[in-house]
Amino acid sequence: MAVPQPRIGVVTYPGSQDDRDALWALGALDAEPVSVWHEERELPALDAVVLPGGFSYGDYLRCGAIARFSLATAAVCAFAQAGGLVLGICNGFQVLCEAGLLPGALLRNESLRFVCRDVPLHVERADTPFTSRCTPGQTLVIPVKHGDGRYVPPADLDPVQVVLRYRSNPNGSVDDIAGVCNEAGNVMGLMPHPEHAVDPLLGPPDGAFLLASLVDAARTRALASV
Amino acid sequence: MKATVLVRPKLGILDPQGDAVERALGHLGFIVSGARVGKVVDLEVAADDEAEARAQVERMCDQLLANPLVESYEIELHG
Repeated sequence: MAVPQPRIGVVTYPGSQDDRDALWALGALDAEPVSVWHEERELPALDAVVLPGGFSYGDYLRCGAIARFSLATAAVCAFAQAGGLVLGICNGFQVLCEAGLLPGALLRNESLRFVCRDVPLHVERADTPFTSRCTPGQTLVIPVKHGDGRYVPPADLDPVQVVLRYRSNPNGSVDDIAGVCNEAGNVMGLMPHPEHAVDPLLGPPDGAFLLASLVDAARTRALASV
Repeated sequence: MKATVLVRPKLGILDPQGDAVERALGHLGFIVSGARVGKVVDLEVAADDEAEARAQVERMCDQLLANPLVESYEIELHG
């Protein structure tokens, strides 16, 4: 039997910008990318979901604060609560924090400047569905581009939930945190953009380590449901 | 009933905007400290009395207007 292509949804909100890059990158990594419009109350059959970067609903009030109430976000929350794999990138990370699927909040960069550059990341954990192709301690070089990326964790954050840290902190994030997962480990958010670091034409393709891990995990789930 | 919601960065949360404003005021010759920058939301609430209006605005704050992890809020009601 042929190995199935896992179906991975990418939600497009009004103001999403990186949805197309995410769809392209997942396709390049041998998943079947599925575009999900923000007005969809129910998700199609999916093996994982990505919330992309951008400025959903203009990021009015707070980043991700309005997107949290969109119909598709409610469907993604239900998907995550049922154990589904969800990855939030940049604005998607902010939406997941506002929705309460991930701990913490993302505030204005300490520098008050928008940062757009490649940053080296330290892989804390390689035992998540999002980092299985990495090794602990590995350095990944992946671009960030955000004005509101300063992660503030709750006081009781379990350090085990930190998946990635900045080796050179671009935004003032507490404890250099670049990416976290939920307690169950099926939801992760990060500020850097792995989808922009898959095609070698654009620089080191280190983003593929993360997205291919997600594709692997989604494929395992697709096989389990056959 | 009109309501004003003041949303502030919680004490202990780094507020670089407040720091920048404080530095700028220093350049103008003012001696200030502890500057913090928040948000104001003005609303008109459909409510019969003050208690009901306050209860409604509190729910708005908890659900949307403030992020309780990093922001505190204060509600003012104006007849």
